[in-house]
Amino acid sequence: MTDDPGTHMAVLQDGPEIAAGQVLLRAERLKKYFPIKHGVLLQREVARVHAVDDVSFELRAGETLGLVGESGCGKSTLARCISRIYEVTSGTLTFEGKDITNYSRRKLRPVRRDLQMVFQDPYASLNPRKRIGAIIADPMRIHHVGDRAQIRDRVLELLEVVGLSAEHVNRYPHEFSGGQRQRIGVARALALRPKLVIADEPVSALDVSIRAQVINLLDDLQDDLGLTYIFIAHDLGVVRHVSDRIAVMYLGKIVEISPAEELYERPVHPYTEALLSAVPVPDPDLSAARQQIVLEGDVPSPISPPSGCRFHPRCRYATDICKTEEPQLTLRGSVGHLAACHHPLSVGARPPESAAAAVTGQ
Amino acid sequence: MAAIAEQVSTTELRPAAAGRNPWALAWRRLRSNRIALAALGLFILIVVVCLAAPLYAHDLAHIGNPLSPNLNGTTVANGKVVPIMQEGGGILHLGETPIGPTWSLGHYFLGADGLGRDVASLVLYGGRASLQIGLASAVICCVVATVFALIAGFFGGLTDTILSRIMDIVWSFPVILLAICIATVLLTQPNGVKVGFLTIYATSLWVPTFIIALIYVPYVYRPVRGQVLSVVQKEFVEASIAQGASNFRLIFSEILPNVISTVIVLLPLITATNILTESALSYLSVGVQPPNVSWGTIIADGQDLLYTRPWVSLAPGIMIVLTVLALNVLGDGVRDALDPRAKLRVK
Repeated sequence: MTDDPGTHMAVLQDGPEIAAGQVLLRAERLKKYFPIKHGVLLQREVARVHAVDDVSFELRAGETLGLVGESGCGKSTLARCISRIYEVTSGTLTFEGKDITNYSRRKLRPVRRDLQMVFQDPYASLNPRKRIGAIIADPMRIHHVGDRAQIRDRVLELLEVVGLSAEHVNRYPHEFSGGQRQRIGVARALALRPKLVIADEPVSALDVSIRAQVINLLDDLQDDLGLTYIFIAHDLGVVRHVSDRIAVMYLGKIVEISPAEELYERPVHPYTEALLSAVPVPDPDLSAARQQIVLEGDVPSPISPPSGCRFHPRCRYATDICKTEEPQLTLRGSVGHLAACHHPLSVGARPPESAAAAVTGQ
Repeated sequence: MAAIAEQVSTTELRPAAAGRNPWALAWRRLRSNRIALAALGLFILIVVVCLAAPLYAHDLAHIGNPLSPNLNGTTVANGKVVPIMQEGGGILHLGETPIGPTWSLGHYFLGADGLGRDVASLVLYGGRASLQIGLASAVICCVVATVFALIAGFFGGLTDTILSRIMDIVWSFPVILLAICIATVLLTQPNGVKVGFLTIYATSLWVPTFIIALIYVPYVYRPVRGQVLSVVQKEFVEASIAQGASNFRLIFSEILPNVISTVIVLLPLITATNILTESALSYLSVGVQPPNVSWGTIIADGQDLLYTRPWVSLAPGIMIVLTVLALNVLGDGVRDALDPRAKLRVK
């Protein structure tokens, strides 16, 4: 399947290809604040939820960026900002060299063809009143791609590509299982032959036994079609399999971004370390021997995030500087391994643990 | 690749399996609900019987328009020709009563009213007006309310606030008072009131239709708007936004099909309410105006004869009860059919 990328997508071939390895998407100082309003007639803004706060990263064509973090850390909001479902508060978003941050809906339409999303909940992301054929054909109808017969052929083709059969076209979403529905979501995202697919927790809502199926499907499609992915998940185990690079988010910020294997072997940020220690290991002996880092307390409120390093109230290495000074993403260790921490791990600058342990009571 | 291409061609030969349409499933559930089906049958029967009014009134043709007074007329009862107004004369004196039910088709089946008109034909013709007003106002009301609810729920913010406050104002209006005002204005204008290119006459059935439709818009608007608000949050709407769909497409292709079941459930219930409201307004003589009759006006006319000829008021009353009952039972059945989980929750 790998020798001949995208032959069955020939119907929609168009536009200059961005060579693999070139920057496809760049986010700079991206912010998304949700205002909290009070009052009946004159709505005053009383506070803001800092859902995504100052996030910058680059995505190269053909790679997969894994995005991990706890629930409520802003992963999904970031995804919706990139696909411009939400308007960003500030910052710039560059896609294929064009600044699309302030594109109008009309101007954005051609961009949307190249930028598709797979959603988290396969039960909510398909319109229950539409037939599968109509759901997959929708992107093509919206963008006026192909005539009726071409669209029909393409729908059947896409169903095959994602491992469903052509006889399913006239069925309704309620007649499918979760895994099958997610495949339909994938087919819809691929309909316009996008360059970038943002998969927002595509397997979180699925049964464990079919997670691997969907992940492998996405992986195979990437090889076949030369796709670029942003793959969101809340545990590192799932992203490890597919990602080239991984970004770890905490409370609206990227705290560490690194090549995938590097991150697993040498986590620099204490939060990453804690996340990694929570990944289940399928070996009871190893599992027992391993030290599991349990983070105390809850994620602080994104309405009034902690000062300095946002992780400091839960960090076992935190010192005074963490409370006052916000760490910036800086190069730690090897190429492309960035982390925002005053006391990075694995680079020899670890502070005496005793002081920190006294604070957290460990 | 080749394998995939081959698969496509082989599967294309197979006919695509027909999906089980949610509407078809709902219809099947409704069909298995005998009580709801009986209610539907009863309602259709009432509609058909009222539409067939001229067939009954055919035998009355000798007296001309069955809705015009017939104080001097005669009819046949027990093979004898009898005057419609008992105890003599052409003028309704004290002590004079119209003829009672003859129970023979075409000959004052349910007797005559104070003007010597055939009550049975009045009930049938009146039913036409009542049903027409009830159904037309329900449809108008639901369409208007759904459009407003879609706009308010989809755009939210200021649009939603303004529309919802307007609905609150309409909701707070006493329906009878509004009808009295409009009817009074129209009745003082024998040549009708001109609104743009339209001329509205006081006797037009559209006057009560629009009054009733307007009054009940908030009752449909509220639940539908709530439904829209919840559907807008769904991921399939976001998916459609991410694909670049227009607002029009989002509203009518994504959201409307998911809220229309709420409207369909409300439709028979609103129709029933509207028929009741129409009767109330007509009874107070601010609804249907003469020469038209409706169930409400017949009840009002029969009020004076309640002791001597109760059928004049009873017949349209029974028709109203049957129609409203049928529509309410049907509405319950439709709701159970469209949302089977709701029934489980109640049980």
